[in-house]
Amino acid sequence: MIDILLLAQEAPDITPGLSGIGAGIGYGAAAIGPGIGIGIVVGNAITAMARQPEASGMVRTTMFLGIAFTEALALIGFVVFILLKFT
Amino acid sequence: MTNALAALEFPSIGHLVEWEGLFLKGTPFEVNKVVILMWLSAIIVFMLFWVGGRSAKLVPAGVQNIVESTVEFVRKDIILQTIGPQGMAWTPFLTTLFFFILICNIWEVIPGIQFPVNARMALPFFMAMLVWVLYNYVGIKSQGFGKYFKSVVIPPGVPKLLLPLVALIEFISTFFVRPFSLMVRLFANMLAGHLLLVTFAVLTSALFTKTFLAVILPLPFAMLVLVTGFEILVAVLQAFIFTILTAVYIGGAMNPEH
Repeated sequence: MIDILLLAQEAPDITPGLSGIGAGIGYGAAAIGPGIGIGIVVGNAITAMARQPEASGMVRTTMFLGIAFTEALALIGFVVFILLKFT
Repeated sequence: MTNALAALEFPSIGHLVEWEGLFLKGTPFEVNKVVILMWLSAIIVFMLFWVGGRSAKLVPAGVQNIVESTVEFVRKDIILQTIGPQGMAWTPFLTTLFFFILICNIWEVIPGIQFPVNARMALPFFMAMLVWVLYNYVGIKSQGFGKYFKSVVIPPGVPKLLLPLVALIEFISTFFVRPFSLMVRLFANMLAGHLLLVTFAVLTSALFTKTFLAVILPLPFAMLVLVTGFEILVAVLQAFIFTILTAVYIGGAMNPEH
């Protein structure tokens, strides 16, 4: 009886909730890969700097470049999150 | 408990990044806070170099010191590492770009202003387009159109079988993904930083009550202070990354071997 009464009511709009869930999970998934990638980039840069301290200037520049390219994916995920959540 | 949580109302994204027009309302030339901050940044960059170079002394002091060390930094750490010695002619452009982005970003943590100009899409979009036009112009000028296009699309040492796929990927990544990622990187970093600061500020002000919840007030406040310091780092780092990527793209268009 209660089931029928519930069905008789107008179904609430669940789209905002669903897009919120999608945005959260999507951003979380988008952050996994870049997180691992930045870890690898920085870890190897530290190894290189420890082995050859005189090359650390060049290694640091290249490291920032690598971070910038890796991080772009996470940031695109963030933009998708904003678009899904707030529009 | 419910009282404190009722006060915690996160403002909508439109409320955070959209500003009322101050004058010329309703026209495409509407001027709001962001535009005024952008003009102010341009004036500050100009004044910095004007004051720094007006009466240049042999032993630099004050503003001249800041300007000279930044020019030195751009020469040594950005141009020499990416373009090489023949790229020294790009020093004025890259230094201006670095300072302009840095000052546009640093508004994020200036009390009373607290809005980075680059958290709106317009300025990063324009700068990315400028860089796109520049490196394509440099490539065509230094190598000729056909050779430049060939050096972009066909990287050396690719097996013949893979060539169509690689050529397509290289074409898309050079002409479409590069400006897009340049724009999104700057914009999303600044927007994310702004939202992070807003989150902790809202949390701090919501906990500023006379209930027992005020016990955990120091936690979000400490995070707010820490994140402010982190955002200063991000502002400098993003200016550096934008400049160095510009230099890398220009260098790649100038001498395609590396």
